[in-house]
Amino acid sequence: MTSELDIFVGNTTLIDEDVYRLWLDGYSVSDAVALRVRSGILEQTGATAAVLQSDTMDHYRTFHMLERLLHAPPKLLHQLIFQIPPSRQALLIERYYAFDEAFVREVLGKKLSKGTKKDLDDISTKTGITLKSCRRQFDNFKRVFKVVEEMRGSLVDNIQQHFLLSDRLARDYAAIVFFANNRFETGKKKLQYLSFGDFAFCAELMIQNWTLGAVDSQVDDMDMDLDKEFLQDLKELKVLVADKDLLDLHKSLVCTALRGKLGVFSEMEANFKNLSRGLVNVAAKLTHNKDVRDLFVDLVEKFVEPCRSDHWPLNDVRLFLNQYSASVHSLDGFRPRYRHLDQGSGSPGPLRLEFR
Amino acid sequence: MPGKLKVKIVAGRHLPVMDRASDLTDAFVEVKFGNTTFKTDVYLKSLNPQWNSEWFKFEVDDEDLQDEPLQITVLDHDTYSANDAIGKVYIDIDPLLYSEAATVISGWFPIYDTIHGIRGEINVVVKVDLFNDLNRFRQSSCGVKFFCTTSIPKCYRAVIIHGFVEELVVNEDPEYQWIDRIRTPRASNEARQRLISLMSGELQRKIGLKVLEMRGNAVVGYLQCFDLEGESGLVVRAIGTACTLDKLSSPAAFLPACNSPSKEMKEIPFNEDPNPNTHSSGPSTPLKNQTYSFSPSKSYSRQSSSSDTDLSLTPKTGMGSGSAGKEGGPFKALLRQQTQSALEQREFPFFTLTAFPPGFLVHVGGVVSARSVKLLDRIHNPDEPETRDAWWAEIRQEIKSHAKALGCHAVVGYSESTSICEEVCILSASGTAAVLNPRFLQDGTVEGCLEQRLEENLPAGCGFCHIPYDELNMPFPAHLTYCNNCRKQKVPDVLFTTIDLPVDATVIGKGCLIQARLCRLKKKAQAEANATAISNLLPFMEYEVHTQLMNKLKLKAMNALFGLRIQITVGENMLMGLASATGVYLAALPTPGGIQIAGKTPNDGSYEQHISHMQKKINDTIAKNKELYEINPPEISEEIIGSPIPEPRQRSRLLRSQSESSDEVTELDLSHGKKDAFVLEIDDTDAMEDVHSLLTDVPPPSGFYSCNTEIMPGINNWTSEIQMFTSVRVIRLSSLNLTNQALNKNFNDLCENLLKSLYFKLRSMIPCCLCHVNFTVSLPEDELIQVTVTAVAITFDKNQALQTTKTHAEKLLQRASTDNEELLQFPLELCSDSLPSHPFPPAKATSVDYSSFADRCSSWIELIKLKAQTIRRGSIKTTVTVEKASPMGEGNFRNRSAPPCANSTVGVVKMTPLSFIPGAKITKYLGIINMFFIRETTSLREEGGVSGFLHAFIAEVFAMVRAHVAALGGNAVVSYIMKQCVFMENPNKNQAQCLINVSGDAVVFVRESELEVVSTPQPAASCQPSCTGGEVTT
Repeated sequence: MTSELDIFVGNTTLIDEDVYRLWLDGYSVSDAVALRVRSGILEQTGATAAVLQSDTMDHYRTFHMLERLLHAPPKLLHQLIFQIPPSRQALLIERYYAFDEAFVREVLGKKLSKGTKKDLDDISTKTGITLKSCRRQFDNFKRVFKVVEEMRGSLVDNIQQHFLLSDRLARDYAAIVFFANNRFETGKKKLQYLSFGDFAFCAELMIQNWTLGAVDSQVDDMDMDLDKEFLQDLKELKVLVADKDLLDLHKSLVCTALRGKLGVFSEMEANFKNLSRGLVNVAAKLTHNKDVRDLFVDLVEKFVEPCRSDHWPLNDVRLFLNQYSASVHSLDGFRPRYRHLDQGSGSPGPLRLEFR
Repeated sequence: MPGKLKVKIVAGRHLPVMDRASDLTDAFVEVKFGNTTFKTDVYLKSLNPQWNSEWFKFEVDDEDLQDEPLQITVLDHDTYSANDAIGKVYIDIDPLLYSEAATVISGWFPIYDTIHGIRGEINVVVKVDLFNDLNRFRQSSCGVKFFCTTSIPKCYRAVIIHGFVEELVVNEDPEYQWIDRIRTPRASNEARQRLISLMSGELQRKIGLKVLEMRGNAVVGYLQCFDLEGESGLVVRAIGTACTLDKLSSPAAFLPACNSPSKEMKEIPFNEDPNPNTHSSGPSTPLKNQTYSFSPSKSYSRQSSSSDTDLSLTPKTGMGSGSAGKEGGPFKALLRQQTQSALEQREFPFFTLTAFPPGFLVHVGGVVSARSVKLLDRIHNPDEPETRDAWWAEIRQEIKSHAKALGCHAVVGYSESTSICEEVCILSASGTAAVLNPRFLQDGTVEGCLEQRLEENLPAGCGFCHIPYDELNMPFPAHLTYCNNCRKQKVPDVLFTTIDLPVDATVIGKGCLIQARLCRLKKKAQAEANATAISNLLPFMEYEVHTQLMNKLKLKAMNALFGLRIQITVGENMLMGLASATGVYLAALPTPGGIQIAGKTPNDGSYEQHISHMQKKINDTIAKNKELYEINPPEISEEIIGSPIPEPRQRSRLLRSQSESSDEVTELDLSHGKKDAFVLEIDDTDAMEDVHSLLTDVPPPSGFYSCNTEIMPGINNWTSEIQMFTSVRVIRLSSLNLTNQALNKNFNDLCENLLKSLYFKLRSMIPCCLCHVNFTVSLPEDELIQVTVTAVAITFDKNQALQTTKTHAEKLLQRASTDNEELLQFPLELCSDSLPSHPFPPAKATSVDYSSFADRCSSWIELIKLKAQTIRRGSIKTTVTVEKASPMGEGNFRNRSAPPCANSTVGVVKMTPLSFIPGAKITKYLGIINMFFIRETTSLREEGGVSGFLHAFIAEVFAMVRAHVAALGGNAVVSYIMKQCVFMENPNKNQAQCLINVSGDAVVFVRESELEVVSTPQPAASCQPSCTGGEVTT
């Protein structure tokens, strides 16, 4: 006696969250059944393995049918085939677009191309995430990227509108898209200590302050590409290190303000020139695409590592960076124009980078 | 020119890409009705076209309006080649034809293609302007309302229940026409869908005409079925109950009328009973009375008068009801007589209803059923479907005579079905013989007056259990006892019925689903030989199914079955029998005895030990079931006055008739004195198997209950969560050495595993009850068994459920307080009364061996009537009348404690096989939904194999039903039923095809919680006018 056909269709589509997770994690039906058996569900419910097998198959079939709709979440809302309560729809979408930290760190800043897709087996082996799940996550990144790529308006809003994600997840996707678009290098060994969250934090600030959208909200791609004009302007910061007088003046302003407030004051005072040079050089180089990609590597090398070797505590770094950028305003020729600098290249990025 | 149909095509969305080059579609729409076609403009390059068309107007006869579906075809425009079809939408405009239902159909419909499934959606608006046409010779029956619900719909009141209506139409099946060889599968499927749609429209119109002739205005319990007879054609047939319904506008309008004592039901102006005072034995006088207010019997059947005379019943000697016995008093006799004469007018006094207005059902006689094996031949002239008509007329006649034999003049809970395999067809009909109250059957009666009388005479909660036949002149030897409830009337020891549990029935504990499953191998044969083989097997199957049911009922310590449905399916090399029913313990009936096992070789020590071991297991199971289902009837020790000590005894009645000449009856009395317990005799391995299978039925996991009736006896605190589902399983039998036993085991496992799967899947709803569990078995191929289950899971309040586990009396009190006042009688009666207890009469059981009849027999057979077995022109008929039945009861919903529903989301359409929605009130019926779909694939593997294919198809069918309901303005389908699910596959060719037929009633419901808010003192104010009165009456 073999079962040829075995289906269950509810007027309200039944969604088993546990099975959904297993499916998303890329387990085959038999693996999923084995995992479910291990979870003790048979004992709890008094079911048999055959029942579990049939149930799992059923759910997998449903998910497979839903997957097409999940690729364009608004379709899931308007389709008529599956009657799913809104809360469940939201859950399906949110979980489908959720990603693994380990996976995203591997592809963050990489071009979402076929080439990268071919490397997924390696990523799968390295992270222990099933290839199937890697593919789904990668395809999600790529799909979101493609849809919002040439759209006007806020990146986060666009993602939220077209993929109906929660605010939190939409922000993460904005970071992923932003990184993929600008191809920031995140895979270097030096950067391994940084989490996706750290990068996402930086991405958000950069989107807010460094992109076209920060100046003009009516252009295509506004949140994706860095504002070239701004990057060009950053070159002018070179004067801070090139002009000896200006450098000394800047240093004295910072030191006066921070005297007695920093635990590492003497180290700061001794290193001010190097640190300032490091920061300014990183900023001034950003007109070259190559250097944009290396932004995080450079920041870590030129600023974070020196601070770390002197054992700067977090608060000291924050105070220093705030004062460093604030003092610039009192220098001749640095008046309101460098709004970007204040918030952008100054404090938050390196600060966050440091304190992982 | 009585009607103008107006259609507007608004927009499309999610269309498929039809042009690979641009990834877009140039869509336009054809709107067709009858022979007229309109087209929209082509909307270039879009997957979401906005046509916003003008109003397309069709001027048509109302006859066409009823028959024809509106056909909407979405196409992709192609300049150089033929336009490609994207898909179609068929819209049944019938709901627009009667005033109280929908006024407009407007919404998004899935665009359906028989090869690709749903491909996008289209937004359509449909309206109808009807002109009044008073032509009395008209062919249309616009305005007659149809309901699938097998009870009086919730917001209506039954003024008169006229009775049975039936009709069938036949045609050639397009799939088997010569042209099918040259046309595409799509064209062939569409031709079939269109034809069936047309035929069901025609059928509905014709039934409507009959209803108008009877001066009714509605059909309730409308059941339409398709017989795919293959080469010999396509039959669409329908049965229903004609009624005159009144919409309840406000409770005030109706309640006072009830109390008016002045109207006498006996003096109905239109009722000219020819002999109101004579004690004639009703059934034996074929009255020819033409003066009745409803049309004479002939008009109910399309049969020519010849068939009427042919089949007019020969009175059965000694089978009539005669006087009702002393206890009934003159009123009862009068009542009976009057009803009889009222019903006598009808050719078939049948009712497809399973639940009735209070007081309608007086007594229940038992289940009556008839089967007949026929050889199909090509239908030559579709306009004269006389053969098929004659076949059904024959069967109905049989049913009628069986009902008479049980002293009943009517059959309720009536249904018909077929099973076809190649050219052999089994026609089956079954129902519950009953005595009805004439009040609803006649004009001019006023609600309520009789009710009061009834209550004086017949104590509620047990009246229906009392035997309708004469005790001194019983149709079969039966063991009767005095009713445990009123102690005045006689009741049988076991009741089998096809109807729902009457609301006022006093039940102890909870009910449960009881199934009997059976397979019998059969040699492959052709034509007549095959028909003969099948008809020879049928009685044995009926007998065995009955035996199993009885055993399982005893094992559950219960004494009555409701909603009994026995399905016999014929395949190439086997017959399958599946009986489902809901077992309950009726307080009025005696406590069932246990089951006793007897061995054949008494002197073998180990054997004895084995037997006693089994006996112990059975006793344990019974005890466990009693606890599980909370069956704890109050014990009493006092003597019961005047009654012979009611020893529970088993009795079954097997009545098999093979010819119409029923006069010569050989009776075999197989009863051997009094039995105290069932005796299961184990004389061979076969019997052993049976005992084992009895014990292997696993009860549902805790927190789950199941039944196949509308409501679960003993649960009354439903909460609002419902989940309707369909589950299909197909198993392939290994063809090697198939034996009956192996087959039985496979089949049993299949059903049990299916149930287990359901329990597992729905575990998140615990505590819940599976209601209206409907199993359908089919044998699509030699070694394939297909089982389809549709049911609804309803949650209930656990706290209250827990309380019910307390003592019996407490439970009843509680129920009465939480429930309607109708139930107030219970606790009083039960407190003052007490029930006899003879849980396990220790008397010795004798066993008898009837090897001449069957392999093995149990001793509760008391009568087998064998009639001469004749085969005429390949037509064989077998009839089996089973047991004793009980009555009715409106499926009145008990959902007091429904919590305020979660924010009801827009667009959600509930579906349920029940006639109600827990925690909600149905405010409007929008019309019947009756849809037929075909889906075919030539890329089975790509669509996920058979499971993927069927899963998607069923999901699509649900979606289309929901879309139609939503377009009518409704938010639920009640009395939903999947009548057919025919699945065929050819994995070698990577092909599969499936046909699905579903129906139900589209309704608008309002949550009770919302209702209270909306309409505090004046109910009809803001919600749909009408609704609030419903509950008072039902």
